[in-house]
Amino acid sequence: MGEIMAVTLTINGERRTFDVPPEMPLLWLLRDVAQLTGTKYGCAVGLCGACSVLLDGVRVFGCQTPAGDAVGRSITTIEGLADQPLGKALFSAWNEVDVVQCGYCQPGQIIAAAAMLKENAHPDDADIDAGMSGNICRCGTYPRIRAAVHRAAQIHAEEKA
Amino acid sequence: MITATRRGVLSATGVLTGALMVPVAIGASRTRAATPAAVAPNAWLSVDGEGHVGVALPKTEMGQGIMTAIVMLAAEELAVRPGDVKVSIPDGDAARFAPITQETGGSTSIRELWQPLREAAATARVALIAVAAKKWGVPAGECAAHEGTIVHRTSNRSLPYAALVADAAAAPLPKDAPVLPTSSYAVVGKPFRRLDGDAKARGKVEYGIDVILPGMRYATLAQSPVFGGKLAGVDEAAARAVPGVLGVIKGDDVVYVLATNTWAARQGLAAAKPQWHADASRTIVNQAEIDANVTAGLAKPGFVAATSGDLDKVRQGAARTFTGTYHQPFLAHATMEPANCVAQVKDGHCEVWTGTQIPSQARSVIATRLGLPMEKVAIHNRTMGGGFGRRLEPDMIERCVDLAKQVPFPVKLVWTREEDVAHDWYRPVYADRFNIGLAADGRILSWEHKIAGSSIMARLLGDKFTGVDDDAVDGAINPLYGADARKVTFQQVESLVPTSWWRGVGGLRSTFAIESMIDEIAHSLGKDPIAYRLSQISDPRAHAVLETVRAQSGWGEKTAAGIGRGVSVLHVWDTYMAAVAEVSVDSDKQITVRKVTVAVDCGQAVNPSGILAQIDSGVNFGGSAALFGEITIAGGQVEQSNFHDYRVLRMNEAPVIHATIIESSEKPGGMGEPPNAIIFPALANAVFAATGKRLRSLPLQKELQKA
Repeated sequence: MGEIMAVTLTINGERRTFDVPPEMPLLWLLRDVAQLTGTKYGCAVGLCGACSVLLDGVRVFGCQTPAGDAVGRSITTIEGLADQPLGKALFSAWNEVDVVQCGYCQPGQIIAAAAMLKENAHPDDADIDAGMSGNICRCGTYPRIRAAVHRAAQIHAEEKA
Repeated sequence: MITATRRGVLSATGVLTGALMVPVAIGASRTRAATPAAVAPNAWLSVDGEGHVGVALPKTEMGQGIMTAIVMLAAEELAVRPGDVKVSIPDGDAARFAPITQETGGSTSIRELWQPLREAAATARVALIAVAAKKWGVPAGECAAHEGTIVHRTSNRSLPYAALVADAAAAPLPKDAPVLPTSSYAVVGKPFRRLDGDAKARGKVEYGIDVILPGMRYATLAQSPVFGGKLAGVDEAAARAVPGVLGVIKGDDVVYVLATNTWAARQGLAAAKPQWHADASRTIVNQAEIDANVTAGLAKPGFVAATSGDLDKVRQGAARTFTGTYHQPFLAHATMEPANCVAQVKDGHCEVWTGTQIPSQARSVIATRLGLPMEKVAIHNRTMGGGFGRRLEPDMIERCVDLAKQVPFPVKLVWTREEDVAHDWYRPVYADRFNIGLAADGRILSWEHKIAGSSIMARLLGDKFTGVDDDAVDGAINPLYGADARKVTFQQVESLVPTSWWRGVGGLRSTFAIESMIDEIAHSLGKDPIAYRLSQISDPRAHAVLETVRAQSGWGEKTAAGIGRGVSVLHVWDTYMAAVAEVSVDSDKQITVRKVTVAVDCGQAVNPSGILAQIDSGVNFGGSAALFGEITIAGGQVEQSNFHDYRVLRMNEAPVIHATIIESSEKPGGMGEPPNAIIFPALANAVFAATGKRLRSLPLQKELQKA
């Protein structure tokens, strides 16, 4: 089981090689091996969304994605989102709306929001229900997340205009 | 209180009174003794030589926003911007913070800190003013603090704090420095974005689970699925065959797998297939037995928690009596950040890095456990990915230290979610029974309330426990509803399931039971549930919150079939709160929470944005538990394991929330728990309004299916 190999990944635009079993989930590779701890462990079975990352711009659960599957693709973590215009809009909106409480789920929430806004620049409430329901927040920040997603869409649209 | 004697102690040690009691060897930041003099009214608030206000948080931050509220209060008194305050999360250190306890729970933080925090900051302000006034030769009364300076307006002079600190630090601290009148507040009472929000959103805040130390190894564990069971066997060879696994360490009732990363440890644990045998000295139980035992506790006389008037005599004069029995299940905390801890035990020292609600108590617990003097143990606290009472228990630290003392490197122990759910310290199963006698006009004459369930206080107090759990009866001994005679009793009933604090604690249990019972009475009398409550409550602050939700919730407006509104009100934790929940129930009996309207009078509001956040939080956290939350025991073990069978509300299920803060100049009340308590009965009462089904047990979704 799990022979160690050299796995080369592109994380936040940087190519890095890790000696890991290719079946190691991205969640653990990112947190323990790459030491990018913004991606969080919550359930490890794809139920909570805390480990969300973007794979070629699409949201995946890091706990359900073997590192080997990410070879040759572009991984964006919460740390890398800060460099993107959409990420800047999201962080700005999250701050403006004062979304965060314990904050542990929020990187995953923001990654999910980024993936949704890439597909749909102006989501309505039903779209937000669909796009964000894969992420659990135990602090119950849902009303402010909803408001912040709307606000991020607005900020991002204004910047592009 | 701040005294000259206290000052004498502090002058020798600067702001680091407590920290300096820790030997240099085990801490990273013990070298600040060389820092220039600071104005330090206590051991955790200071103005340093550069004029910066510094606060070492005397309470722990688990998401409730106490960091921001504390900083706002300090900033207000010292006339600086909250963002300019240097805030730190201190190590566990009971002596440093005494008489304040670092332990954080029970919605106590602002209530406990309100006076000493403002007094300390005011003392520093008055000390700085005194130096400036002396330099200028003007009366101190003509000077004021303004934006990090002391100003003398009539002569248009000002000096920054940095220019005053050295002299202020050398002088005796002023006594009885007056706190600012709340009417003058510029920061406190106005919405303020939390200080740690942006860094958390960006993934830049280090939670306990994120700590990485040089040479650190990773571990996970399994504990006996049956409470009290022992490790019977483990396939060590299979575990060691997993690449990255470093070893298997067995304990009496636990097995750890050590590895170079968490995934390898998890794979190793799965391969190890630990076997357990139940402890024959303990009875294996199922949920039905536990529930039956708790209900049977209601038949016992119980210990009297409160009594007034002659209950039997008054009850004899009642025109009608109502009885009702309510049941509440075990609940897990399921914090987003699962149980974890980093520890190193080396050369007679122990260092712990973790997020805990009990940093100073944990230090003592670990010192005792390892047989080390307190000063050889350091608890480096971190912000928490949720607490809700889970991190009021030291077990995750104890488990890690037990492992760390057996290995020569720092180790990070991360529990699986399954272990986190199955080895929580659960909100107890409770049963409440009422017998309430009414006059012909509906006025409450007699009020008998019996409570049975596990006692957390009994566990903590040991021999000192006298039969009544003061926490469990919170909200029950002095309810909002008047009565000519009252008796409230508590009967302890234990099972093998460990119980502890869960957000809302006793006040939650009381509020669900009382507000359900009152609702039943109102409906039985054919009275409007809000009008009936108002008729039986005399407290004007309770009236104000009820009238606010009545006006703002659409109360009384006709609803479509399958939609109902339920109300609840509470006065616990020095806070008044009312809520109206609006639910719909479809033909499959699926409950949807459409809207929740909340009004709160929590006295002086410190951070309205934080208060509204706590309302969102309680409604969704409590709403999740009221609708779905239930831990059940079969064969002595927990049946639930992860978010598929311990369901919580998601974005698409979360209600619209409308909340109003009633302005008040009363002392601040707690806000962490009231919103969580208020939502349970509001939802149960709304389900009744929607369906005609009175659900006296939780969780509502399951009970409605059975009804």
